[in-house]
Amino acid sequence: MYKRQNTVIEERTDFSSKILLFTSLPFYPAKEEIMELNPIQKYNRALDYLFKGTAAFFALLIVAVMIGILLQLLENSLPAIHKFGFSFLFSQEWNPVSGKFGAASSIYGTLISTVIAMILAVPLSLVIALFLVELAPPLIGNLVGNAIELLAAIPSIIYGMWGLFVFAPFMEKHIQIPLQEHFGFIPLFQGPPMGIGMLSAGIILALMVLPFVCAVMRDVFRMVPSVVKEASYGMGSTTWEVTRRVTISYGVQGLLGAIILGLGRAIGETMAVTFVIGNSHSISPSLFEAGNTIASTLANEFTEADNPIYLSALVSLGLVLFLITFVIQIIAHFWLKRIRKSMGGGL
Amino acid sequence: MFFILSSFAVFSPHPPEAHAQKINGAGATFPYPVYSKWAFKYNQITGIGVNYQSIGSGGGIQQIKAKTVDFGASDAPLVKSELDKIGIIQFPMVIGGVVPVINLPGIKPGQLKLSPETLSGIFLGKIKKWNDPSIRVINPGLALPNRAIAVVHRADGSGTTWIFTNYLDKVSPEWHNRVGTDKAVSWPAGVAGKGNEGVAAYVQRINGSIGYVEYAYALVNKMNYTLLRNSAGEFSSPTVENFQAAAANADWKNAPGFYLVLTNQPGKNSWPITGASFILLYKEQKNASQAKAMLDFFDWCFRHGDSAARQLDYVPLPQSLYDLVEDLWTKEIRSNGRPVWKMAK
Repeated sequence: MYKRQNTVIEERTDFSSKILLFTSLPFYPAKEEIMELNPIQKYNRALDYLFKGTAAFFALLIVAVMIGILLQLLENSLPAIHKFGFSFLFSQEWNPVSGKFGAASSIYGTLISTVIAMILAVPLSLVIALFLVELAPPLIGNLVGNAIELLAAIPSIIYGMWGLFVFAPFMEKHIQIPLQEHFGFIPLFQGPPMGIGMLSAGIILALMVLPFVCAVMRDVFRMVPSVVKEASYGMGSTTWEVTRRVTISYGVQGLLGAIILGLGRAIGETMAVTFVIGNSHSISPSLFEAGNTIASTLANEFTEADNPIYLSALVSLGLVLFLITFVIQIIAHFWLKRIRKSMGGGL
Repeated sequence: MFFILSSFAVFSPHPPEAHAQKINGAGATFPYPVYSKWAFKYNQITGIGVNYQSIGSGGGIQQIKAKTVDFGASDAPLVKSELDKIGIIQFPMVIGGVVPVINLPGIKPGQLKLSPETLSGIFLGKIKKWNDPSIRVINPGLALPNRAIAVVHRADGSGTTWIFTNYLDKVSPEWHNRVGTDKAVSWPAGVAGKGNEGVAAYVQRINGSIGYVEYAYALVNKMNYTLLRNSAGEFSSPTVENFQAAAANADWKNAPGFYLVLTNQPGKNSWPITGASFILLYKEQKNASQAKAMLDFFDWCFRHGDSAARQLDYVPLPQSLYDLVEDLWTKEIRSNGRPVWKMAK
């Protein structure tokens, strides 16, 4: 029985040739020209082509949708770009009455809340993932692991409501007021302790990002082959040395991927942030003051933006967020590539 | 596969036209408590569902312009030229008051007195502490704490904001120059909540905060409201009678397109921040039965909705005003050239 070998295309790193090959797969010169096939083989080949064609179509559809979104964003933000130019990115003003808008406070809020969230979430997730994989007895490991995955399933608006009703009073009494008492001379902790603000939004975001990053890190650590770890133990390494030099080094690429995943979620998070960030269009050095993020501004003001320049300014904000995310993805891609080259394999 | 798909197409349910009709409206959060109460009662009586989404006055205007709803609701009235340009009519539905609410432990509701100067000073960010001399001087004998004032305003476009900033614009020249009046403004200070609900939530959570909400929200959430000095120099409290006093001098007959602002009205008892909430609908209605059902609902609210409105401290419109509104419906609303409403005499 003749078994048709599929020609597998691999080891091509050139992006454009990959696209070319993938799209031409359905049309690749068939082996029918070389030898006769019986009806069963013809049927199998047809199914093959159908599947490849369908898969290619849907993959390209995604790319087309993404390009469509980008074009639509560009088209609708042209009036604002035309009116404000590049200074849109640096202006703090947000005045619907006079029609002057600036993205600076939103960009600042997005970046700062994301940074706070990542600073809090990444070390915690790392430690939790290591605990679950390396140190915990299997029962506790499974239990806690499932609990963390449950955290990821909670809708973001629940986080927002919990943040406003439960966390904000706690934050005010037990975190903001003590911080202000002891470190009030630092500009970071000045301002009225309201319970809401940039720091609260950062903490809620950290809580939302933690399950995702932790789950991926846990999977990365699980995939470290035991034989490598055992080899290290066999040479007399302590648990800490194995963890640091073997497990983490082996999984660095995966860890980076997990962090980028969390970053993506934190940057775009809308409802949870809207509830606790205070929605004020101003940049303030204090973490206790209210701010706003691009996503929260869009959520609040999109439905009522009734004059065209207001709407266009909001769409420009969306475009800025789109571009920020895109830039982060590109940086992550190149960073991963570099690590892959220097680490040579692994995950 | 094809047969399964085609059978779905054949047997898909068509929306029944006669029974379980639904009227869709969207707009101001200001009248949302009373509209939802009316919709509930009307549904109990007639079975017709009225779905009202409180997305803010700006959203209401935008959605009626986009024709995604049957009627829009806005506290900020549109001027006649704009009404004619879009092809819609507006009429007042209910009158209510915007009330400053505070969160100061130790102060009881209706105890704190504010004046136009202190209110505008607080919202301009000039008066920063509760024990500021200008607040203390009008509240002798009240123990005001040395706490920072946290201002809360609206994040979204709102007719409540429009009414509130309209009042501040009238009483404070600095507000007029720096901020102005609109559904969304560039607030000099404070945090923002989404909707009347959001402002109420923030004020209740943050110690030492002050915000502004429609009076029904202050009532339902049992919030701490303040008294305000009106143009006659008296400290007025937000009650139905005082809203009515403010509306008493309104000359609706001569207001083109019912455009009338009720802030800072004269009168000993008038509440200074009173406003009417308007309904917007198209003059040319595509579906005559839908239009008639909608007008029947509004008619019921005008005739039978008084007690529900008063329970929430809204002022129902007087009969004379309703006659003017019915006159407008009879004259202006058409479907395919034929009038939809007939005035019952």
